[in-house]
Amino acid sequence: MKHITLFIVIVILSAVGYYLGRIRSVKAVKGEIRTLHSLPGYYGFYVALWCGIPALIVLVLWIVFQSSIITSLVVSALPSDIQNLSPDRLSLVINDIRNIADGIIVSETPDVFLLKAAEHYNGLKGVGYLALAAVLLSFCTAGLAYGMRKIVPSMRARVNVERTMQVLMVLCSTVAIFTTIGIVLSVIFESIRFFNQIPVTDFLFGLKWSPQMAIRPDQVGADGSFGMVPLLAGTLMISGIAMLIAVPIGLMSAIYMSEYAADRVRTVVKPILEILAGIPTVVYGFFAALTVAPFIRNIGSQIGLEVSSESALAAGLVMGIMIIPFISSFSDDVINAVPQSLRDASLGIGATKSETVVRVVIPAALPGIVGSVLLGVSRAIGETMIVVMAAGLTANLTANPFAAVTTFTVQIVTLLVGDQEFDSPKTQAAFALGLVLFVITLCLNIIALYVVRKYREEYE
Amino acid sequence: MNNNSHEARLALIKSKLKMRYAKEKIFKTLGIAAIVVALSMLVILFASIISTGYSAFQQTFIKLDITLEMEEIDPENTGDIEVMSRADYAGIVKSTLRQMFPDVKDRREKRDLYSIVSFGAAFQLRDMVMADPGIIGKTLTVWVPADDDLDMYMKGHIKAGEEGSGRIKEQKLEWINTLIDNGAIEKRFNTALFTNGDSREPELAGIWGAAVGSIYTMLVTLLLSFPLGVATAVYLEEFAPKNIWTDIIEVNINNLAAVPSIVFGLLGLAVFLNFFGLPRSAPIVGALVLTLMTLPTIIIASRASLLAVPPSIREGALGVGASKMQSVMHHVLPLALPGMLTGTIIGMARALGETAPLLMIGMVAFIVDIPTGIFDKATVLPVQIYLWADSPERAFMERTSAAIIVLLGFLLIMNAAAVILRKKFEQRW
Repeated sequence: MKHITLFIVIVILSAVGYYLGRIRSVKAVKGEIRTLHSLPGYYGFYVALWCGIPALIVLVLWIVFQSSIITSLVVSALPSDIQNLSPDRLSLVINDIRNIADGIIVSETPDVFLLKAAEHYNGLKGVGYLALAAVLLSFCTAGLAYGMRKIVPSMRARVNVERTMQVLMVLCSTVAIFTTIGIVLSVIFESIRFFNQIPVTDFLFGLKWSPQMAIRPDQVGADGSFGMVPLLAGTLMISGIAMLIAVPIGLMSAIYMSEYAADRVRTVVKPILEILAGIPTVVYGFFAALTVAPFIRNIGSQIGLEVSSESALAAGLVMGIMIIPFISSFSDDVINAVPQSLRDASLGIGATKSETVVRVVIPAALPGIVGSVLLGVSRAIGETMIVVMAAGLTANLTANPFAAVTTFTVQIVTLLVGDQEFDSPKTQAAFALGLVLFVITLCLNIIALYVVRKYREEYE
Repeated sequence: MNNNSHEARLALIKSKLKMRYAKEKIFKTLGIAAIVVALSMLVILFASIISTGYSAFQQTFIKLDITLEMEEIDPENTGDIEVMSRADYAGIVKSTLRQMFPDVKDRREKRDLYSIVSFGAAFQLRDMVMADPGIIGKTLTVWVPADDDLDMYMKGHIKAGEEGSGRIKEQKLEWINTLIDNGAIEKRFNTALFTNGDSREPELAGIWGAAVGSIYTMLVTLLLSFPLGVATAVYLEEFAPKNIWTDIIEVNINNLAAVPSIVFGLLGLAVFLNFFGLPRSAPIVGALVLTLMTLPTIIIASRASLLAVPPSIREGALGVGASKMQSVMHHVLPLALPGMLTGTIIGMARALGETAPLLMIGMVAFIVDIPTGIFDKATVLPVQIYLWADSPERAFMERTSAAIIVLLGFLLIMNAAAVILRKKFEQRW
């Protein structure tokens, strides 16, 4: 909250800078605005930018690094026997210190050194904040003064301001690149540490997944096994079921909408279908667990089939419903992009509408349809909440859609939610799974985009 | 001869015609069937959620005539708030219940009797006393929330019989009937659902804490993603030279749009939590992750709407002497803004419903307090839904559905706003 106050102060000071700069530029030419290089407002912006940007950079840097700086200072002031604890234990101690400092009551009476450290921590925080405020204010005023000094009628304020804005825009556009780099680095780093303990081949080709690591060596089932094949099989089965639902329904409704339906029907039905795409996945998950899974189990038991209450079928079915609108709206677009002349030619030599669709329109639109299906598959593989809530937790290597299977995403969530121990293969395994997931979906997307782009070039 | 073969061909065509028309009909029916199936799925989904959720908007309350004895709350008449807040209000509730049913003697029976009223009753009494110490010594008629089992029974979700899986004891039934006869039991609008934070007790659990968490998260997401997205779109569409660098950015954006959301969660965990050391479970981290997730949506929509502004606008501005930046800022951007806003709203609606990446960064913790800032521990609506859906109590099932109804309501409003915005400012050049 305090940082937001500082941010607001900086913004206000910049606004002040804007007005001062404006007034000064007008005064500099005694009201003869014609003789200025730029409009007075640009001189104002010039000053405001000098006032605000350096201070904002400092503020952001401080927010990013404050906790690590303060923590390391607190740690260095701790008694040496505590400093020499293992990193995990030390992080527990730091947590205790933070909790005490924040006034959260720790159940047992804390040690004296903890209390001292907490006091130290709070003190540092207060000092840090004051120092930050002072630094920010001095940056603001220094920038303001510098900007004001630079104002002379011949100064090219507009050019400077526009150049700064363009630089800011370029910086904004690099966020996408940094995001990708961040994703790749964060999954690869942890994965490499994981593969140092578990061989890559065991992970890629192992047939058993049970990520239990022993606390004691003599524990039952102590050997964790990290073979991802059962997860891959489960993921593919659920996605396959989903696509079996979504592709026929999505494609047929797209064909009907673009080839048969009257305009009135189209304008009503299309947005309603797209509601399906806007429903949060957690709602689908709840629907799958609450309604669909019991329904399928009841039907199964009536016809004498053993259906697990977390069957792949239920999760796949609901996921299929979720993917229908992706397939249908994308296919709708590509079918509409097929030139009317092709249809007219086909109808003109006496083909029925359905023959035209099946033999002319769909072959012409096929690359786009394939692209949309691939995108749908990539969505199904990466979908999390439906499978977390409706699919199983235990890894089964089975081809039976009525059995419970588990997926990549379910395992990532179960491994990372709740208490985590860093540096254990358990948490690192989640990142390795994330890497596999990222690579699979990336490949599917690239193939899909390639197919679609190639098709578009043919007609436009 | 020639005539003959022509007729034969005609006959062949005619004989096949019926089959072809039949096929045509089947094809068309299949199309209609597909749409009907898809729409009926939507209807079933909504019906199942609403039918389980609507009853959560009401809650069973029990009328208690409570006497707030001075010696139980403030025996030394100190008038000290501290003393009053530490009094045994649960005991007062219990003794009131004993007075209402004097023939309950057995220990176990007593325990059953106490369990018809929620734990929250004691807190409610305390809050009343804190708000107005003058009521001490008076006898008040107070409606307190009933326990969730009793609530479920009153709503017909569980039956009478031996207690256990969805049943309520015969004896409790007697008490309930007495209460009904005395008019001391009533279903009222469930305000707790909208004003409370999370709780282990279904009858006290509310979505306000999660809603506030959602509001903070969405606010920061909007403040970060809208300027970033618009600036990126303007740069790529209006200023960027066509070179490898901008191609890389473009490919990146398109790929990010299709990266599974859970991978963004892994990024948040590894970078924001472990590397930068930001607090776990805080809206600020959730907002950062969601910003990165929604950016591609906003950028793609913004670029499309910039592209829709005809070049004549830019050329006109440049022709009267505006700089490139001025033509964009003063003319192109205002015209493209409605489309950008539409894209932003749709992106925000998606972010509001997003759950998976927030599980990774610890927004899944059980949090009772209403968050007061973006660095507080918080949860958000969809995660609250996930948490409640995992709870075994029957009463949480209907609350889950109720929370879903609220969430869908918000999404509906946002999407409707996007549609209206698009309709209102849609411009064809």
